[in-house]
Amino acid sequence: MRTRLNLDAAVVRQARELAAKAGQPIVEMAKTHTTVSVERAVLRLAGLRGADPDGMPWVNRLVDAVRETTGLEHGVALPAWDALATGGYDNLAALAEAASLGKVAFRVPVGADADAARAAAHVALANGFAKIDANRARRQHLIQETAEPPKPWIYLIVATGDIYEDIPQAQAAAREGADVIAVIRSTGQSLLDYVPEGATREGFAGTYATQENFRLMRAALDETSRELGRYVRLTNYASGLCMPEIASLAGLERLDMMLNDCMYGIIFRDINPRRTFIDQRFSRQIHARAGIIINTGEDNYLTTADAVDAAHTVVVSQLMNEYFAKEAGLADGQLGLGHAFEIDPAVPDSFLLELAHAQLVRELFPDAPLKYMPPTKHMTGNVFAGYLLDAFFNLCGVMTDQSILLIGMMTEGIHTPFLSDRDLALENVRYVRDAAGRLGESFVPAPGGFVEQRATQVLAESVSLLRRIADEGLLTAIADGTFGITRRPADGGRGLDGVIGRADGYFNPASEFLENGNGAAPPEPARALNEIGASS
Amino acid sequence: MSGNVIRPYGDTTGDGRIQVSFTLPVPFGTAAEKSRAEGAAMQLAAKMGLDPAMVVHAKGMGPDYTFFVVYGRVSHLVDLSQVTVTEREFPLLSPAEVNLRIRSGLGRELVVVGACIGTDAHTVGIDAILNVKGHSGEKGLEYYREIRVVNLGSQVAVPDLVARANAEGADAVLVSQVVTQRDAHISNAKQMSAAFDAAASAAGADRPLLVVGGPRFDPSIAAQLGVDKIFGKGTTPGEVASYLAFALAPAVADVSAETSAHRVGADA
Repeated sequence: MRTRLNLDAAVVRQARELAAKAGQPIVEMAKTHTTVSVERAVLRLAGLRGADPDGMPWVNRLVDAVRETTGLEHGVALPAWDALATGGYDNLAALAEAASLGKVAFRVPVGADADAARAAAHVALANGFAKIDANRARRQHLIQETAEPPKPWIYLIVATGDIYEDIPQAQAAAREGADVIAVIRSTGQSLLDYVPEGATREGFAGTYATQENFRLMRAALDETSRELGRYVRLTNYASGLCMPEIASLAGLERLDMMLNDCMYGIIFRDINPRRTFIDQRFSRQIHARAGIIINTGEDNYLTTADAVDAAHTVVVSQLMNEYFAKEAGLADGQLGLGHAFEIDPAVPDSFLLELAHAQLVRELFPDAPLKYMPPTKHMTGNVFAGYLLDAFFNLCGVMTDQSILLIGMMTEGIHTPFLSDRDLALENVRYVRDAAGRLGESFVPAPGGFVEQRATQVLAESVSLLRRIADEGLLTAIADGTFGITRRPADGGRGLDGVIGRADGYFNPASEFLENGNGAAPPEPARALNEIGASS
Repeated sequence: MSGNVIRPYGDTTGDGRIQVSFTLPVPFGTAAEKSRAEGAAMQLAAKMGLDPAMVVHAKGMGPDYTFFVVYGRVSHLVDLSQVTVTEREFPLLSPAEVNLRIRSGLGRELVVVGACIGTDAHTVGIDAILNVKGHSGEKGLEYYREIRVVNLGSQVAVPDLVARANAEGADAVLVSQVVTQRDAHISNAKQMSAAFDAAASAAGADRPLLVVGGPRFDPSIAAQLGVDKIFGKGTTPGEVASYLAFALAPAVADVSAETSAHRVGADA
């Protein structure tokens, strides 16, 4: 690996060991617990779709009904597939409907009945995973048929609230140069404990993530990818109370990248820490299998904390995200670790500090498709100064070989970008990429100079924070307000009542497709993904 | 003094020169299309009062749109004596200033209890104000070190809200109402304020500051609803925090003095 910062390999190794030490107890907890959303995801992977007349999905109705009778300690699959067979229901939807009316007497089957339920669940889940695997192969096929765009990928956001308005906007953005389209979710969807159904036309500052909306947008972008001769990726957001379910829907509808941070929901949405960690593990196992690149949310920390003082918390969170991601089966090429250009431009040497931070992250994660976020905190409404700041962000991005650039808007924080805002932003990044795209190869900070010293300092601060977290426990550190300055106790926040300890004999039919290295198993796509990751 | 009547300043007093940029839904491909597009921009500039006007930049964006930068001279006069300023009854403060005012004026953390009451399950409004995530580029009240937030979520019954506010020692109660069928937001708010008044008089204590918010509320009917303040559509967390600091933490002289200099553009 080419190193420009003379990082001490022993310190880097120590940082990873401490991250693993801090993460292991969390993984143990995730392996011994389940959540209502994990169980609902099992049903979604088995093909249960639709909702009752009130719009509450059948997966919620069925899981709730099982929980009220047998409990979920054994998982939803044993009671559900047992009742399906013994009750003579045509399918899971019919079972869910009867269950929601209180007409199903669930039990936890034993002996031969349990074997039969397990076998039936396995067949149903195999169909779901066959679809996810086929989607993964299909993505590789489409990339070969069109083309893989060069890095850095240009990431643009659409957010009208109406999927039928989003589609033409996304297609226009792709034609203007976007390599990745992100459909921002309706504000607060992360706090809904169900996934809405169907195509949606109303949202608050964003569009609901639903299976049908996913399908519609991916189909439209396939059309545009062929038209443009390059594969346009689609991104949505998994973080929140329904992480496992949204991850499953993303795999079933061939989304390409998903926002999936191990701590975002905890810090910024006050979702219970235990719930979040259990959900994120299952959701990441699904992403691993689906060949989806995750995007983590470290940029958010710098919108609350100071970007210089808290630089090491970004690195610590990235190392934790990396540990959890790899444990869940994700490959380096699937780790879109996040960071951001958020230092106050009034700080002396602010650009040098940004360079040091960005290069540090690049060197710590050489094969990860890093996602670099533009300035937001210091975009003041002076659009002219903002345009200049965005150009410096773009320059830092190309100098330090960032993989995915979210394009900064000079009207950040003023309004949803005008067509002209977006056009000017793309002109900005095109200029920087064409003028200085190869500057990275010549950018070597002076040995012992300011940039190298700053990177070394941030790494050292990261190691001491990781040591503290490994000693006192990650849940304690979160409760103390270590990340994003917000205190989140382990037993506070939303969704804790959806966490269930697993009993002996707990059965999750998805696990055999996801655990013990099976998650990343399909051999061909895994190789192709490594190539993507390494090309930056 | 004639300084009351002014014009925009380019590089000479009274030259009236300004710059605008805008997009028109016209193509900018062929020579004929370009001429027509620039003519269209000139026509808009003229109607905006720019005379003379000059299209200094025109660029096609995709097949159907053109972006323009136009400089020109406006003939309009600005009469400073006619400028009216709508006064907010409280100053807008930055988070640091809010924290400082609470520390110096209240001397302890300010406790806020928030909820959606009645059958309303739409927590988007209260979460946008309370969650750290915030909205419109402003962090929510949880971000403020001197504010302790207890967010009760949705479908909270009024008696539960009153009990919890009392148990937490709430200085302020924030209630969000999005659903407005049959004016549910009005009746819910009245019911809520009546319950707090009753509890306060029974206990012989002051009730907490009552604040309601929602897209359909008319901010002028606070007294009618029996609450202290109503926030309407588009309210940002910073406005709410500033109001709470203003209403609950007495100003210490030098705190408000520095506010105007600090907030440039951030909440324009």
